[in-house]
Amino acid sequence: MRNPLSKTVVNIPPSGIRKFFDIVSEMKDAISLGVGEPDFDTPWHIREEGIYSLEKGKTFYTSNAGLKELKIEICNYLKRRYDLDYHYDKETMVTVGGSEAIDIALRAMLDPGDEVLIPQPSYVSYYPCTVLAGGTPVVIKLKEEDEFKLTKEQLLASITEKTKILILPFPNNPTGAIMDYHDLKEIADLIIEKDLFVISDEIYSELTYGQKHVSIASFPGLKERTIVINGFSKSYAMTGWRLGYAVGPAQIIEQMLKIHQFAIMCAPTNSQYAGVEALKHGDPDVEMMRDAYDNRRRYLVHALRNMGLECFEPFGAFYVFPSIKGLGMTSEEFATKLLMEEKVAVVPGTAFGECGEGFLRISYAYSIENLKIALERIEKFVRKYKN
Amino acid sequence: MMKEKILAAIDKNSKVPAADLAIMLGTTEEEIISAVKEMEEEAIICGYPTLINWDKVQCERVTALIEVKVTPQRGLGFDKIAERIYKFDEVQSVYLMSGGFDLTVIISGRSMKEVASFVSEKLAPMEAILSTATHFVLKKYKEHGLPLIQKSQDERMLISP
Repeated sequence: MRNPLSKTVVNIPPSGIRKFFDIVSEMKDAISLGVGEPDFDTPWHIREEGIYSLEKGKTFYTSNAGLKELKIEICNYLKRRYDLDYHYDKETMVTVGGSEAIDIALRAMLDPGDEVLIPQPSYVSYYPCTVLAGGTPVVIKLKEEDEFKLTKEQLLASITEKTKILILPFPNNPTGAIMDYHDLKEIADLIIEKDLFVISDEIYSELTYGQKHVSIASFPGLKERTIVINGFSKSYAMTGWRLGYAVGPAQIIEQMLKIHQFAIMCAPTNSQYAGVEALKHGDPDVEMMRDAYDNRRRYLVHALRNMGLECFEPFGAFYVFPSIKGLGMTSEEFATKLLMEEKVAVVPGTAFGECGEGFLRISYAYSIENLKIALERIEKFVRKYKN
Repeated sequence: MMKEKILAAIDKNSKVPAADLAIMLGTTEEEIISAVKEMEEEAIICGYPTLINWDKVQCERVTALIEVKVTPQRGLGFDKIAERIYKFDEVQSVYLMSGGFDLTVIISGRSMKEVASFVSEKLAPMEAILSTATHFVLKKYKEHGLPLIQKSQDERMLISP
């Protein structure tokens, strides 16, 4: 028999921490600070709208790009929150979560040999999706001393003649870093000068603390070369609904839509109806959740620093990214031992790129009571291994 | 501003220690303590009751909601009669209502008989009271924004990217 497998797929390295994930899934009684999704239930009025759409028999496909009503609400929302102007018809499409949008944006824009700049540590899918789209991933290693922001110098140093796309994953999973107006302004001109395109993954845009999220697409000349990706998972606690969207230049969206149409048809219809309700009436829910995350964030950073773990202050998403350098363990060793000895699950920084070595991702998508118990155990563990 | 933040943080859980509140809200423990004290004095914070699901305790307890129509008194409006009603220990809540009746009175007692006799002997005979309609509560599902059920388990995967 011939080899049934694609070399491209086989050659994609499996997640470096697969082993760790396997151990965790066996430990049923562990406390976890390892999830990448909100602990809140989807607000009831949003769920109710999804249920109502089922009752009304909304069980058919929608148009490929999504419900017109939802696309209009998406554009209203982007204008209201981030001062972005998009047309609902040609520049907006609804996707199956932000993840699908990442995948099809890359596929719509890449030819073999094109290089994609991927700042890391960052979400796990940019790299393999680039490879699957025939592109060449080029990792930019973000540094703790820059608070894990992308600097102009680093960007410039990574650009070659083949560079086509820059992925901008802020607010960032796993570091919690954000890029504010001034940080983005620094790189905006360089992006235009070097004729790059941007895939800006802004899925955590509602979860910034102390300052409002700024989109790279709001800078002059950048809208024309940026695909903005966002969705409902993090802001409205709707991970399981699989609902996201992409906005960008009509020319690119048109091609993304082509892939979407053949591969997916459309995002789940009932999720789309729920999404309309979320955008229309969900602002207070977002605010409530953001305030709760902010309280936990301060609590967690304080507790980690108190136990002697260095931890830069994150202003976005719902993660902190403390350093464990000085404990004489790799991230994976630390995470595995912590799980075995104290039954607390955290994610090794290396899950998000090699340069995550020496760090852990700790999620605060948990109640304060949960965080407290877990933190006591982590403290005990750290004290034991700190000389 | 800080006061509102404190209130939002303890609305559903009054047991959060001041030291934790201080960290969560980015201020000092002293400031929390003095703000809470001030709010207690201003009767913004009026108490710290415990939300109990009495149905789960071997202890008979009956709650009734009574619609009350009253004659307001000249110069005093409804306040005087409301006060005469809420001073009874059996009375849990009293609200002035718009619509078809004037006061909602929620009372609890050890038995239906006790509640009934409170209504017929204490409440209904009051001079200003025109009529009462008593509704017994059969089951409580949610109070003070909190469902009266055991917390469901975290259904998320232990680890996700």
